[in-house]
Amino acid sequence: MRFSGLKLLTEGLTGNKGWGPHWRDPEPKPEYDIVLVGGGGHGLATAHYLASVHGLTNVAVLEKGYLGGGNVGRNTTIVRANYMLPGNSEFYSHSLKLWEGLEEDLNFNVMHSQRGIINLVHSDGQRDAFVRRGNMMRGQGDDAEMLTPEGVRDMLPMIDFDQTRFPIFGGLYHKRGGTARHDAVAWGFARSASDRGVDLIQNCEVTGIDVEGGAVRGVQTTRGPIRAKKVGLVAAGRSSQVAAMAGLRLPIESHVLQAFVTEGVKPCLDHVVTYGMGHFYISQSDKGGLVFGGDLDMYASYAARGNLPLVEHVAEAAMTLMPSLGKARVLRSWGGIMDMTPDGSFIIDRTDIDGLFVNCGWCYGGFKATPASGHTFAHLLATGQPHETTVRHRLDRFRAGRVMDEEATGSQHNLH
Amino acid sequence: MSPERCPLRITCPICGSRDRREFYYQGAALALDRPDPDAGAAAWDDYLHLRDNVAGEIEELWSHDAGCGAWLKVVRNVATHEVRDVTLVREGRK
Repeated sequence: MRFSGLKLLTEGLTGNKGWGPHWRDPEPKPEYDIVLVGGGGHGLATAHYLASVHGLTNVAVLEKGYLGGGNVGRNTTIVRANYMLPGNSEFYSHSLKLWEGLEEDLNFNVMHSQRGIINLVHSDGQRDAFVRRGNMMRGQGDDAEMLTPEGVRDMLPMIDFDQTRFPIFGGLYHKRGGTARHDAVAWGFARSASDRGVDLIQNCEVTGIDVEGGAVRGVQTTRGPIRAKKVGLVAAGRSSQVAAMAGLRLPIESHVLQAFVTEGVKPCLDHVVTYGMGHFYISQSDKGGLVFGGDLDMYASYAARGNLPLVEHVAEAAMTLMPSLGKARVLRSWGGIMDMTPDGSFIIDRTDIDGLFVNCGWCYGGFKATPASGHTFAHLLATGQPHETTVRHRLDRFRAGRVMDEEATGSQHNLH
Repeated sequence: MSPERCPLRITCPICGSRDRREFYYQGAALALDRPDPDAGAAAWDDYLHLRDNVAGEIEELWSHDAGCGAWLKVVRNVATHEVRDVTLVREGRK
């Protein structure tokens, strides 16, 4: 089924009775060329690009719950390419370009909105750092411009410019950054992959990984054994548990990150705004809810729920930056499980086991990477070689000392 | 919820039950098994970077920064936030 204006019109006039399911619900086959463990955004994107770019459709995506039920279904939806380090810069630039063509590629409205991101500046030193970052973004071919305090005031009239703690000195404006509808991204990739012949198998938890003679042979699941020539692990916060089934220890600690959304209010915030001094960022969803979040709770957690000290901290930052936010009621909050690496950058690589590949360590920034993560992981799975934008994102980079510490805070756990 | 099950509080053996905000989190208690300087890259990679990262009970290090300053070894379930045991690191190093 293809979406088109005519189809929408026809369905609208005939009671919307002609819409069918958007993907098949197949029984698992006994064997596939490639099995992907994890039916979230990155797993589904990988399946889409395996089929559409490499023509590989004897592929299954195994998901223990339902498609897109993890972090892709609960995040703050920000899409940007404002990285600085060689490697990260190319990768996120690649991802943003894929975003810009995604709706056409998928024939699905992911509500990608390039509303612009403004990183607020509060000191001369921070301005210097952002000028440098902006120049590096432009050097990569992406967009960045510095805003004066007046420029920020024109765009963000509702923030408090007279705050004494962190006065606003300006901002770094990334015009092509923005947001996208998170669920739709998962659904769009799922629909495309399924249409092209990939089996998306839900309620299918992987319970074991079969390795013989140093090579992967398949997986054990709650729906029976499945043989596979190649297995890709794309399990985000649960990556360590899945990798442990193959005897691997990953450089990952899982932490909880909270986010919040208010009741819907009239349009008042046109951009994504980050307030680094308060570990706070905010945007307004198309439904009108103000979506915001802060830092990690800062201890290992699989509880998928956050703690009150961080709620308090985020609320304080919100009130410092936008006092009018105090009038809005928080509708809900949630905590997601983040696969944190020591250096804060992700891993897309093969492992020491033949045919076993990992895609993990997205920390708290996996959503914007979804298309490029899928695209480059598919490239690795299909060709055996890393895509040119992920040559540095190796599993052994910590041992080798080639870390990718974007924040320059160090390369040890709980520093990012 | 009893204080032991509440993720906001850790019972410091010196100071008693205190709010989470008084503590700094260092992570898995691997730091207590620091390799020799010349133990080799694999041992140091293990120590610094690789983690079991289980979704259950782990031993970890917390520092009572805003209290007595003691380093604590805390046995905590990271899936439920239940704190089962807290001991002073220095007492474990006799």
